[in-house]
Amino acid sequence: MSELAAARPAAGPGPTVRLLTVVARQRELSLVIVMVLLGTFVATQAPQFLSITNLTQVTVLASIIAIAAVGEAMVVLTRNVDLSVESVIGLVAFVVADIVAHRILSVPAAMAFGIGLGLVLGMVNGFLVAVLRVPSIVATLGTLSIYRGLAFLVAGGKQVTLIDLPAGYTDPAGATILGVVPVFLVIAIVIVVIAAIALRQTPLGRSVYAVGSNPEAAEILGIDSRVVTFVVFSVCGMLGGIAGILWGLEFGTINATAASGVTLQVIAAVVVGGVNIFGGSGTVVGAGLGAMFLAFISNALVLLSLSQFWLQAIYGVVILVAVGLDAALLRRVQRSNARRRSS
Amino acid sequence: MTGPAAPDASGPIGGTPAIVPPAGRDHAGTTPGRAELQGISKRFGATQALDDVSLELLTGEIHGLVGENGAGKSTLVKILAGVHQPDSGSIRLDGEVVELHGPAHARSLGIAVVHQEPQLFPDLTVAENVFLAHAPRARLGTIDWGGMRRAARSIFEELDVKVDPGTLVRGLSMADQQLIEIAKALSFEARLLILDEPTASLSAHEVDRLFTIVRQTRDRGVAVLFVSHRLEEVFGLCDRTTVFRDGRHVVTAATSELTTGDLVRYMVGRAVSLFPKVESPVGDVLLEVRGLTRQETFNDVSFSVRAGEIVGMAGLVGAGRTEVARVLFGVDRPERGEILLGGQPVRFESPSAAMQAGIAYVPEDRHQDGLVLDFSISSNVTLPILHRMFPGLFVRASAERAIAGRYADRLQIRTTGVDQTVSDLSGGNQQKVVLGKWLATEPRILILDEPTRGIDIGAKVEVHRIISELAASGLGILLISSDLPEVLAMSDRILVLHEGAITAEIDRADASEERVMFAATGQADDRAVGVPASDDGAAGAVEDGPRV
Repeated sequence: MSELAAARPAAGPGPTVRLLTVVARQRELSLVIVMVLLGTFVATQAPQFLSITNLTQVTVLASIIAIAAVGEAMVVLTRNVDLSVESVIGLVAFVVADIVAHRILSVPAAMAFGIGLGLVLGMVNGFLVAVLRVPSIVATLGTLSIYRGLAFLVAGGKQVTLIDLPAGYTDPAGATILGVVPVFLVIAIVIVVIAAIALRQTPLGRSVYAVGSNPEAAEILGIDSRVVTFVVFSVCGMLGGIAGILWGLEFGTINATAASGVTLQVIAAVVVGGVNIFGGSGTVVGAGLGAMFLAFISNALVLLSLSQFWLQAIYGVVILVAVGLDAALLRRVQRSNARRRSS
Repeated sequence: MTGPAAPDASGPIGGTPAIVPPAGRDHAGTTPGRAELQGISKRFGATQALDDVSLELLTGEIHGLVGENGAGKSTLVKILAGVHQPDSGSIRLDGEVVELHGPAHARSLGIAVVHQEPQLFPDLTVAENVFLAHAPRARLGTIDWGGMRRAARSIFEELDVKVDPGTLVRGLSMADQQLIEIAKALSFEARLLILDEPTASLSAHEVDRLFTIVRQTRDRGVAVLFVSHRLEEVFGLCDRTTVFRDGRHVVTAATSELTTGDLVRYMVGRAVSLFPKVESPVGDVLLEVRGLTRQETFNDVSFSVRAGEIVGMAGLVGAGRTEVARVLFGVDRPERGEILLGGQPVRFESPSAAMQAGIAYVPEDRHQDGLVLDFSISSNVTLPILHRMFPGLFVRASAERAIAGRYADRLQIRTTGVDQTVSDLSGGNQQKVVLGKWLATEPRILILDEPTRGIDIGAKVEVHRIISELAASGLGILLISSDLPEVLAMSDRILVLHEGAITAEIDRADASEERVMFAATGQADDRAVGVPASDDGAAGAVEDGPRV
């Protein structure tokens, strides 16, 4: 045993492991590179891809998904999942639009209320998972349904249409800064940056990674996983609230079924963005880029006039490739390490 | 963050002035007690892990703690680490009675623990693993990453270890992970440093560096508790040494006044329970193992098991016994060596291949690996032979019950019927169900891994009777056990493993607890040839000998 240990080469991973680690950790960079390559190709085939109108349209929707994906990424980092995010978006979108349409609150107050509502919905999720210890996939499957039910209850079959809303209310959805950068994209970038700094630079942020990476070791260090879990679900709900408000601005006409099916897009963005579905690794920058990437893929497929079948299938393949790549890289790192140890 | 061996280390936490005692071995009793444990008891279910144990750890002392598997060392470490709370007894730190509410609380009181199993975050960098709980902060309370990396680098330089603080822990060897655990403990000013088997996967050079650091830490006035299986390390490092046996304190003495012989004698001597060993004729060689090697677990292991023979396999935790069994059962694959079954070389790609060839393995943890607790006895017993239960599309319940009933009778499982759910049975009866399950595969070789751990004495005697009868019926049995009296009473031959190598093969007639323990602690060379361990000649030889 000891002679084997003595024969072990000096510590520090070999070049292969290093390279693989770098690739695995630089999902953000690889996403950007693939997006540029893809964009160039699509632009040669369908020049309208690069038109301001098209790019704005794509990024505005992607920004909303990206904001929700930031919250979802935090939840996934702790080995949990929030399936209720689309219902949070839908409920907040309707409630805020309804309040504004009926002139119950001023526009800023209605928006603040929407963010607060999202926060409360997230806290309910956090309470179920962290305090009552309901597995998150079950808890949020329940609230996915409950929150959607609430939306139907509030809406009562009505819908808020563009003409009910004050003039200019939905303008921010089309607004740009410097004539090119959509306001929604700026909001998404600000949120991604704040979240990235919080996760990277604060003790609570590091606890998110610690709890997801090794819950037992986190416990030994005195990190209370319940607090961390509650916080990430609350933040996820709050970001869902923001996404909901933007959703209302973007579509103008809102009913109780708003944002149905968005949860899958959000989780897809998180996974494609390189966040490990088993927790512990990944970044919110990746999740945000993942949302952009998927939006570009969809857009490109539409512009290339592919049938709906191919659109759905390719979308799915992209997700599988991203996750498969993660698993393969992880295995490679571990295997080369095992070789290193036994050589 | 101060480096671990900073010469100007000021007084430890708690307001007491810096105490720098002479770094000798003779100051015991003259310096104040850093940690005093009074009458600590701890029970887990049926097992009394610690029984009224008292221990004093002195400022500026390295205190060795040795004992067999199950002697209570790990429980004591976990109590001091705040992981377990004692059932009774008190802990004083620098004279003050403390209750340790949890690991974080223990750490805040200045108790640093290097756990046997590294508890690290694979997705975080080395530096962050060292400093996660007490990261250096920049302005605004944010984490100072540069400062963290520099502090980590200086600790690793101190340890003379080449680990890049910026790499992820995932992908590092066990040895590196162990060193990170040690760096973690050294990264804050501790007043009590506990090292639980810290050298298990370190190279000789790394062990030397660690010992130098531990001595420096002691000389700064830190109390050190060093738990080890390696007696030569205890003699090389510790000022005083305590021996535990069966959860009780046996002796504490200055290490210079002890010999290896003393230690071994203090460690063994567990009460023997009476069980029948049926003498049975030993037949042909069923299983032969030649030069079996699996990197970093065991090396060049050779032995044979004959029909009707019980071969005991003794050794301390981590000696590689279970690992050998896993290779024999096809769970893991060896790098070198061969396995012969009835004279034919075999190579198992999976446990089911091993099962087909007639090998059965009863694993150590019957809850995790052995039983489906929510199933009935009959469903559990027929699990490994499920394919035989399908005459058509569905499981034939009557056949299941018939087979289960046969083994329930043969093993005398006390039950209301074979449809009873396994979780309702006592530990001893559960163990019999596990045995029944593997016997249903009609094996030629039965590997038993700690078959009587955690079951009461009555059930134990019965399990021994069953093992004995199985051998008499012509099975070859490999009995892995940490229970020395059990190994001695049951085995026709005893193999002793130490750090992945067989250090002794002792016949039933020549076996004694001392001989086995000498071999299990790596002191085997001359002892195994028949000289009973009695005098103190071994101690000198050990101290002069090379460190393993």
